[in-house]
Amino acid sequence: MSILVDQDTPVLVQGFTGRQGSFHAEQAIAYGTRVVGGVTPGRGGEHHLERPVFDTVHEAVAATGAEASVIYVPAAFAADAILEAADAGIGVIACITEGIPTLDMLAVKEALRGTPAQLIGPNCPGVITPDRCKIGIMPGHIHRAGRIGIVSRSGTLTYEAVKQTTDAGLGQSTCVGIGGDPIHGLSFVECLERFEADPQTEGVVMVGEIGGSAEEAAADYIRAHMSKPVVAYIAGVTAPPGKRMGHAGAIIAGGRGSAEEKYAALEAAGVATVRSPTQIGERIKALVDLC
Amino acid sequence: MNLHEFQAKHLFADYGIPIPRGFVTRSGAEAREAAGRLGGERWVAKAQVHAGGRGKAGGVQVLDDPAALQRFADGLLGERLVTAQTDERGQPVQALLVEEGVAIERELYLGALVDRARQRVVFMASAAGGVEIEEVAARDPAAIVTAAVHPAAGLQPYQCRRLGFALGLGKAQVDELTRLMRGLYRLFTERDLALVEVNPLIVTGDGGLLALDAKVTVDDNAVAVGRQAQVADMRDLSQEDETEVRAAQHQLNYITLDGNIGCMVNGAGLAMATMDVIKRHGAAPANFLDVGGGTNAERVAEAFKIILSSPRVEGILVNIFGGIVRCDLIAEGIVAAVREVGVEVPVVVRLEGTNVEQGKRLLADSGLDLIAADDLASAADAVVAAVRRDA
Repeated sequence: MSILVDQDTPVLVQGFTGRQGSFHAEQAIAYGTRVVGGVTPGRGGEHHLERPVFDTVHEAVAATGAEASVIYVPAAFAADAILEAADAGIGVIACITEGIPTLDMLAVKEALRGTPAQLIGPNCPGVITPDRCKIGIMPGHIHRAGRIGIVSRSGTLTYEAVKQTTDAGLGQSTCVGIGGDPIHGLSFVECLERFEADPQTEGVVMVGEIGGSAEEAAADYIRAHMSKPVVAYIAGVTAPPGKRMGHAGAIIAGGRGSAEEKYAALEAAGVATVRSPTQIGERIKALVDLC
Repeated sequence: MNLHEFQAKHLFADYGIPIPRGFVTRSGAEAREAAGRLGGERWVAKAQVHAGGRGKAGGVQVLDDPAALQRFADGLLGERLVTAQTDERGQPVQALLVEEGVAIERELYLGALVDRARQRVVFMASAAGGVEIEEVAARDPAAIVTAAVHPAAGLQPYQCRRLGFALGLGKAQVDELTRLMRGLYRLFTERDLALVEVNPLIVTGDGGLLALDAKVTVDDNAVAVGRQAQVADMRDLSQEDETEVRAAQHQLNYITLDGNIGCMVNGAGLAMATMDVIKRHGAAPANFLDVGGGTNAERVAEAFKIILSSPRVEGILVNIFGGIVRCDLIAEGIVAAVREVGVEVPVVVRLEGTNVEQGKRLLADSGLDLIAADDLASAADAVVAAVRRDA
């Protein structure tokens, strides 16, 4: 089992014929992902990477039965691409694009409310179920099918957690990069819920960072609902305050936002925390071995 | 991207938000002339820098003598203003806003920002104007009233009335606040703002409302996609960290810090984590530097130059987790950069990911004095030890 995607998931690539889309679609196909086609407006009817290209997501869904989509379109057009995918009935939408204007994402989030679409990202590496389905830009070869669910706001830091759980012989059930933008799709809590319900997942690694209060919400959820062990690492203890926006945003949330506050919330909820990313693998191994 | 107060007030005026009459001046003579054109007997001169705390730092003066105004302007223009929010060098003062003096009956706070938890644009108001909202939040969070705006419906009059009556305004003033807030919301959404603050928003002697100060931050992403050309033209690079600006021109995300270990990392999260690990191992990071996913030899060379431009740097830690980027290409870039730049401080390199063995061999065969490390913990140990040895 896995969460979100598996080997049977038919995947569409939006921005299929672009440089990024082509490169990563090729990698995904080589990894074994069921890529059924792609969308590039104006290129409908062509073939690319031996797969059909469509003008619209609606046509692509009708022709291929695609259930998931990965978005590699430029930031100015990404919100439109997300909404097109949702309107066409795509269930899992992974948006890799970095730099989408925040107000675009506010509108997207509101428009997705009440639809079945699950947005991953934007500004994220995507989602991977090792050996079955890779949707995104993560290096496939560091992953091993296994027991740990990983959810992270950061890209390369996710790879660090992946490598350590691979080296520890645990492997991963599914890894989700939820993205580094202030307004994004799937949250920590929504991923934790899925990992808690997934029989393959025996423990979870959660990688957070400064800003916002998503880690605090996760702490509340874990305290009330998680039976599986969770190891959390928060990046940015040394980050200077005021260098990032979200400074005033933290006020509204009641003075939340710093790494120390997040650690305190997680520890108060009984979550195992590590102060260095180098300790993630050994810590989660010790916890799942106890179970 | 931050705007100057005078730029923010120009935008306010475009959206019908009342501001004091005033002129932007760039010399003492101009400042004196501005006072003459404004008339009246009292003027406020405000240094235009991207930093708060200007008043306490001597950057804002109320003057009733045009000659004193000219002297004040001459003394400040061309200098650097150090406030509680700047570094020790301060910010260059290249413009002075001269405004008419106004009688202040009450000082209020009004702001709006994107609240990530509620996923809405949220207005905040408080009766404690002129005070940093952070202070109010810490002391008395109940004194802040908020209104979250539904993106499809937009800001509703009832939300403005709620805030207005909570601030203790009368009906006519509440109506005026409603117009002002709706202007601010239009400005926020049409100009892709990340933050706007009116602190203070004042009730004048005759009962009107006036935006006495203005702070605007524009969403960098909206500027980058090119849909805010007019606002983008307002960018004042002299107010930004020179090294950060130079780094951005090479698609490097760099922030100056005050430690002694330079860092070069791919990915923002891993870069922050690397800084944290350096700290845990007993040293301090000199910078945050994300070289990005699709980096190349040129960019790595530029990154080395930027890191070394800080005299504080006594050692460099390179931490690259090659995902799609191959480690051998990164290693080639490091070797070329170290040769070209002539790095004289110890450099510890931790490579991981795709083609890591070829990458490590390239580093070892280069004949350069590079210290290889297998994981982040030993890399941090190695760079801290190397710096101590050199000291």
